[in-house]
Amino acid sequence: MTSNPDGNPNGKPKFAMCWAASCGGCEIAVLNIHEKILDVDQNFEVVFWPVAMDAKYKDVEAMPDGSITLTLFNGSIRNDENEHMAHLLRRKSKILVAFGSCACEGCIPGLANFSTTQEIFDAAYAGISTDNPNGIRPQSAWDAPEGTLHLPKFYPVLKTLDQVVPVDYYMPGCPPESHQIGAVIDLVIQALHGEATLPPPGAVIGAGQSTVCDECPRARNVKKITHFARIQDALIDPALCLLEQGVLCNGIATRSGCTALCPKAGAACVGCYGPAEGVLDYGARLMTAVASVIDSTDPAEINRILDSLPDPAGAFYRFNLAGSLLRAGKAAWAADRVKA
Amino acid sequence: MTEAFEPVIVGFTCNWCSYRAADLAGTARIKYPPNIRLIRLMCSGRLDPTFVFKAFSSGADGVMITGCHPGECHYVEQNYKAMRRFILLQRTLAQFGIEPRRVRLVWASAAEGHRLAEEITNMVEEVRQLGPLNWPTAPDGVQVTRSVEAI
Repeated sequence: MTSNPDGNPNGKPKFAMCWAASCGGCEIAVLNIHEKILDVDQNFEVVFWPVAMDAKYKDVEAMPDGSITLTLFNGSIRNDENEHMAHLLRRKSKILVAFGSCACEGCIPGLANFSTTQEIFDAAYAGISTDNPNGIRPQSAWDAPEGTLHLPKFYPVLKTLDQVVPVDYYMPGCPPESHQIGAVIDLVIQALHGEATLPPPGAVIGAGQSTVCDECPRARNVKKITHFARIQDALIDPALCLLEQGVLCNGIATRSGCTALCPKAGAACVGCYGPAEGVLDYGARLMTAVASVIDSTDPAEINRILDSLPDPAGAFYRFNLAGSLLRAGKAAWAADRVKA
Repeated sequence: MTEAFEPVIVGFTCNWCSYRAADLAGTARIKYPPNIRLIRLMCSGRLDPTFVFKAFSSGADGVMITGCHPGECHYVEQNYKAMRRFILLQRTLAQFGIEPRRVRLVWASAAEGHRLAEEITNMVEEVRQLGPLNWPTAPDGVQVTRSVEAI
């Protein structure tokens, strides 16, 4: 039977999962492990998981520090509620996992770091798809007849989880692949039984050590790019490397672990598994690789080829902006300074 | 701070040309401002844009990338890769709101000590006009390096 490391009366270690700024896909990916979810239930007592059960923040606040064995934290830090939960769960958890691309490196929400808060709110509350005739904008405090209501404060610069609290492990992916989640859960359960050892703190778990290209079955030859094509505009050879065909495929800089799902399905890798082992800045590494296969030595010609890549920063940092070296554009940082 | 702004420029040099040009400038007593910190690479083709982002995120105000003239690369064609990376880098930096002029690509052969010194002088003045970049991720300690006295 399971050991009883927490003095927990029912003998099971505690498990929590929390979402911050994220889409909810990570939660679905966890449920997508199918019957293995029963192993989670058999081996853990789920104490907090807003998407799956009712629990309040004050319940977590009342728990003794370090009493949760494993917390999977998905989502990035977009507002002060996210940050509060990051600090709270760090305090209460023995193992805190940055789960999914948002928590690891900012993901799609992190792309907003290229915009100011004003621009983000304009897009969300005044865009053509929004019906908001009174121009209502979110306020962090609102005086209602019953008293003042508080809403979370929006941060001008979105942060990754480890920019806010120390993190034990990183599990990349948007979302992490279910077979990888299953393997990690198996490993943690084995470790709790003393049958396996956990990797050293700070490790990336549930992913490979190589790049997506390594898992991609497409044939590769010498790459010479004379024009960047959008995949819907090009006649794509299904057996040939996409980058060779001029489609920007991020597999060359992206960590393996997904089994090259997108290139196999005929879509370019967008980089959701984050930087490959040893890569400090994902977008810069991608730039290094992409620039080297452009087939020209003439600056005017190079500029013409690059004109067919209209949004390089968005393409290279689609998942990694908040986790990159610069973390945000100058305008977002300027607003952050005003806030501070 | 009342102190005048002294830009910090990180300069990446190629072992076979621009590093020697800087050396030549030194032995020939050619003066250039001390704002530049030279780092020797084996080739401009070794210049990963990561180095540039690292420099900016650590407090540099500008980055100069130098290499052999086109057609003269010790490793045949790696300086062309540097050129392509540079163009792509400038486009990306603009999206970050960083003035593309904060990075400069300079070709300087081992005999062009004068040219390198001139480019360094120009770039320091240009970045001085642009003002400090002060990227928020930079450690506070970087301010110390700004007070280096002109020699």
